[in-house]
Amino acid sequence: MSLTPDDVRRLARLARIAIEPEESGAVLDRLNRVLGLIDQMRAVDTTGIEPMSHAVEVVQRLRPDEARETNRRELYQSVAPAVEEGLYLVPKVIE
Amino acid sequence: MLNATLGELGAALAAKKISAVELARGCLERIERYGAALNAFISVDASHALERAKHADAKRARGEAQPLTGIPIAHKDILCTRAMRTTCGSRMLEHYTSPYDAHVVEQLERAGTVLVAKCNMDEFAMGSSTESSHFGPARNPWDKRLVPGGSSGGSAAAVAARLVPAATGTDTGGSIRQPAALSGVCGLKPTYGVVSRYGLVAFASSLDQAGPLAKSAADLALLMNAMAGFDERDSTSLDRPKEDYGRHLGTDVKGLRIGVPKEYFGEGVEPGVLRAVEAALRWFEGQGAKRVDIELPNSPLGVAVYYVIAPAEASSNLSRFDGVRYGHRAKAYSDLVDMYCRTRAEGFGTEVKQRILVGTYVLSHGYYDAYYLQAQKVRRLIARDFAQAFERCDVVLGPTSPTTAFAIGAKTSDPVQMYLNDIFTVSAPLAGLPALSVPCGFDQKGLPVGLQLTGNYFSEARLIGAAHRYQQETDWHLRVPQETPL
Repeated sequence: MSLTPDDVRRLARLARIAIEPEESGAVLDRLNRVLGLIDQMRAVDTTGIEPMSHAVEVVQRLRPDEARETNRRELYQSVAPAVEEGLYLVPKVIE
Repeated sequence: MLNATLGELGAALAAKKISAVELARGCLERIERYGAALNAFISVDASHALERAKHADAKRARGEAQPLTGIPIAHKDILCTRAMRTTCGSRMLEHYTSPYDAHVVEQLERAGTVLVAKCNMDEFAMGSSTESSHFGPARNPWDKRLVPGGSSGGSAAAVAARLVPAATGTDTGGSIRQPAALSGVCGLKPTYGVVSRYGLVAFASSLDQAGPLAKSAADLALLMNAMAGFDERDSTSLDRPKEDYGRHLGTDVKGLRIGVPKEYFGEGVEPGVLRAVEAALRWFEGQGAKRVDIELPNSPLGVAVYYVIAPAEASSNLSRFDGVRYGHRAKAYSDLVDMYCRTRAEGFGTEVKQRILVGTYVLSHGYYDAYYLQAQKVRRLIARDFAQAFERCDVVLGPTSPTTAFAIGAKTSDPVQMYLNDIFTVSAPLAGLPALSVPCGFDQKGLPVGLQLTGNYFSEARLIGAAHRYQQETDWHLRVPQETPL
C-alpha cells in the first residue's frame, strides 16, 4: 500500500514534526520505499500466534510503595530551555 | 602497548611497567593524531581523562586495583555521563549534559576505567553507517572513504584505530556487531536484560542492549564482568547471580555443535565474506566441532519485522523531545503545538524523522493490527526458529554482515538498501539472544570480515570461549589498519 501526500501531512501532525512543502515529496518517496519493505511480513500466516511484545518473558517487578527519591528539581531543570521559579515555561495555551 | 589486549595492559599496569596516566596520555596522543580524520568522537576530555587516570594510579598504589583499573575507555554518546555532554549524535541534544550517569557508566567507573571520550554514532542509534550523525560521518580506519558501520561506528573505529583499547556500544538491530565486523574488531550484544538500560537514551526499549567493543574476545569477557548486573532502576533488568564471563576461556571447541543456517549463506552475501566465514567454519570443524545444518525459515523476514517494531517504539520514546524539559527548542513559533513541531523538525535529522513517521503510521488507528501486531507475531516465529535450532546445536554461526564496509554516501539515498545490511543481525535482538562478532579475515579489497556467533539465552561466556579459542590460533583481531599505523 502506498501513502499519499495527505497521509504524510496527517502523520506529521500526529508526530508533531513540521514538514515544509518542498521536502514533502522526498519524505513521501522514502516512506513508501520503507513500507514496501515492511509489506513482506504482512502475508505471513500468523493465525493462533501470540504477539511477542518483549524479548524476555518476565513479570513486572514491583517495589514497596514508599517515597524515597530525593527532590532534584533544580538539577533536572538546569538543562531545560526555559524555567522560572521552578516551572517549565511554554507558550501561552489559555487566554 | 597500543596493540595490547586488556589482559596485557592490566598485567603491565600491575607490574608498574606503565602507569594509568601514561596509558591515558598515549591514547590522547593517538586521538590527537588520528581522531579528527576518523571523526570517531563527539567529545574528548583530556583533563577529565588524566584526572581519572591519576585516581586509578592512586587506587592501585593503595592495593585496591581491579582488572580494569586504569584502562582507558570511550562510551557511545547515547550513554548518559555527567562528565561530558550526551548528544546521541543529534542536534536535539547537542548541548545536553546529563544530570546523572548511566548504570553502565557507573559500573565501568567503579571498575576503575578511565573515561577519555564519547563516541560518534548514528543519530539516536538509527542507522548502519554512522552517516546520520549530526556531527558528520565517522570514517573506517581501513579506508577513510568508507563507513565504519553503525550505529556504534565511532566506538568501532576508535578501537580499530587503537585510539582507545575498549569502548561501549549499544545494539538494537546490530549496532554493536555490524560496526565491529566492518571495522575489524570484536563486539558483543548480551542477552536482553543482562545489562541495565538505565541512562541509555531509549530508541526501541524491547530491543536495546548495551555491550562492549574491544580487540579480543577475552577483552569482551573482562568488560562484561564490569558491565553486567542487576539494577532496580531498569524494570527489565534481570536479577541473576553474578557470573564470570571469562569462565570458558580455557574450554576447547571439541564437540561444540555449530548450527549452520542455510539462510545465512545464500544470495546477497559477498563472495569475499562467504570465503572468510566458511574458512572459519572449517577451522572449528578441524578442532572437533560438529557442523549441524539448520534452518531459520523466518529469519529473512527479520528486517521487515524490525523496521516495524523499532520505529514504533522509537516514535513513542522520542516523543519526550518536545523542547520543554531538555534539548533544543526552536527560536520562532506561533503557539505551543507549533513550538513542538518546529523544535522536532529542527532538532531531528532525516532518518530519525522518517522512523518516527513510520512508527506513527504502524501504530495509528486502522493500521495497528496489520502492521504492529502482525510484526509482533512474526517476531515470535523468528524466536521460535532459534528455540528449535538450539535443541540441535549450541551456537549458530554465520556472517555478521552480508558485505564488508561500503563507501560513504553509497546507501543514503535509498533507506531499504541501508536496512538490508542488517539482515543477519536483527534476529538476535528480536529474539533477545546474545550474539558476538569477531574478525575472521579480509576480502579481496583488504577489508575486514566479521564472523557472528549467536547463542541461547545467557550463553555469552560460551560464545566468548569459542571465539577466544579461535583467536588463539588466528591473528585477524590483531591486525592494525594501514591508515592508522602504530
